[in-house]
Amino acid sequence: MTDALHQVGLAGDAGILSPPRRALVRRYPMVVLGAVLFAAVLLITLAAPWLASHDPQEIDPIARLRPPSAEHLLGTDALGRDVWSRTIYGGRISLMVGLVVGLLASALGLAIGLVSGYSRIADAIVMRVMDGLMSIPAILLAIALMSVARASIFTVIIAITVVEIPRVVRLVRSVVLSLREQTYVEAAIVAGTRPARIVFKHILPNTLAPLIVQTTYICAAAMLVEAILSFLGAGTPPEVPSWGNIMAEGRTFFQIAPWLILSPGLLLGATVLAVNLVGDGLRGALDPRIARRM
Amino acid sequence: MYGYILRRILATLPVLGIVAIVVFAILHMSPGDPAALIAGDHATPQQIADIRSKLGLDRPLYEQFAVWLASLASGDLGVSIFSNQPVTRLLAQRMEPTISLAISTTIVMVLLAVPIGVIAAWRADSWIDHAVMTLAVLGFSLPIFVVAYLLVYALAMTWDVFPVQGYAPLRDGIGAWANHLVLPSLTLGLSFMALIARITRASMLEVLSQDYIRTARSKGLGPRQLLIDHALANAAVPIVTIIGVGVALLLGGVVVTESVFAIPGIGRLVVDAILTRDYPVIQGVLLIFSAVYVLLNLIIDLLYVVLDPRIRY
Repeated sequence: MTDALHQVGLAGDAGILSPPRRALVRRYPMVVLGAVLFAAVLLITLAAPWLASHDPQEIDPIARLRPPSAEHLLGTDALGRDVWSRTIYGGRISLMVGLVVGLLASALGLAIGLVSGYSRIADAIVMRVMDGLMSIPAILLAIALMSVARASIFTVIIAITVVEIPRVVRLVRSVVLSLREQTYVEAAIVAGTRPARIVFKHILPNTLAPLIVQTTYICAAAMLVEAILSFLGAGTPPEVPSWGNIMAEGRTFFQIAPWLILSPGLLLGATVLAVNLVGDGLRGALDPRIARRM
Repeated sequence: MYGYILRRILATLPVLGIVAIVVFAILHMSPGDPAALIAGDHATPQQIADIRSKLGLDRPLYEQFAVWLASLASGDLGVSIFSNQPVTRLLAQRMEPTISLAISTTIVMVLLAVPIGVIAAWRADSWIDHAVMTLAVLGFSLPIFVVAYLLVYALAMTWDVFPVQGYAPLRDGIGAWANHLVLPSLTLGLSFMALIARITRASMLEVLSQDYIRTARSKGLGPRQLLIDHALANAAVPIVTIIGVGVALLLGGVVVTESVFAIPGIGRLVVDAILTRDYPVIQGVLLIFSAVYVLLNLIIDLLYVVLDPRIRY
């Protein structure tokens, strides 16, 4: 966490370099809370093999739809599988989808945004396409993409990445456009610096800070969209115990076994909340003026 | 100004064009041969070829796109593979619940969120402000169907206040209609409300720090006049913009909400269409929802001229 703050501090606003740990908590309590919460979820899912009380796929026909107990912390599902074990294993899929989509969408969006912000011809075409993509509601576009693909974790990642890219492109492009007018960039152009060098040396570093903030929001959004896709039956294949799939299987039994939906659901909510808190905090560290307002 | 309005209307055409291309491309990426699908299991290759040429599937792609675009322009969205009915008829049948849900949610949430945001900005850093901001972050973080089930668990199962699911058409009486819409609207509206409340607060804080507000305050204006006539009027543009952006959130949320609450609307239609791989229906819903979004944002852009007399084009 401190590492991320350092990076952001170096790239954008100064003044948060190497603060004592206690000062960090006092200054950014929400970031620390979010980071701790996220680290906890990450640890639990990584340690799933040791924390799980049962094999997540183990079927027990006698103990079906059991409420939470000492034997089954979060109860069992319609096939008698242990919900706690399934939930902590399922977290791995949600977190992976969130992280991979966040990185992939940011990298691709950064590349497209840089080109679009720097070339007027590309800009006209790229921005029309992005406007078009953004006017299709995100969940619907993801559903439509999934409906033509074979359901797998890979296709889910691709579908959500396509949906998220336009937001990154817009952000990067707007930063590039404002930087192009800066005196130091003009000076570099006059001095005869090659365009590629201007983009990589002068423009790219300044887009990173807002991009990191955007990446956290994309991670959060991607985890939500993955769960919604699986919940609607258009996401990861049913045999994968992702949070969305566990909840989808629990739908029919909600009135007799509400824990099937509520336990993975609340854990997903807590994870997304943690990532959002970190994002809000990072944005605050970058621009204290906005931080006070938002 | 008329020049601006005309330019703005023309600017929606390329966007709608891109939407059409994307939707057309998605349909053509779909696996399987639609002609074979329509012909059925016992068709001969000759029959399949006949259907293919009847549907124009043997012609080049750009020609197919032109034909498809022309039929769109004449209001023809194709025929459902599953039910063999025109997609436009299916959409019309499912229209009422979706429109009821979307409009009631928008109105109720805007009426709730704007005052909440104003109060949070007015009492910045108070417990009200912190409560509002906490609610806003939670609203973004909880998956929409988890909100739905939490509400159902509390208000329909534990206390029997509202029905667990279902929809009552308006002709069955406004009481039953409204009663069935409360939980779906709350579900659908939570993230929308969080978004609007947050922007309202930010926009109000910005305005409240301006000199003319201090002048108005020192002149002895009461909070009502100060907040509503002076501040809110000037904070309106970003709020209205975000309402437009938030509609995309609502339209996506409709799909999930309708399927949790078993509401027979367009959202349910598209979820059923995915399960049966009924591409013309998916395509139709995509086009309709995107068109609604683009048109709504067009209207909002045009509203700026009314909302902010400083904006002149």
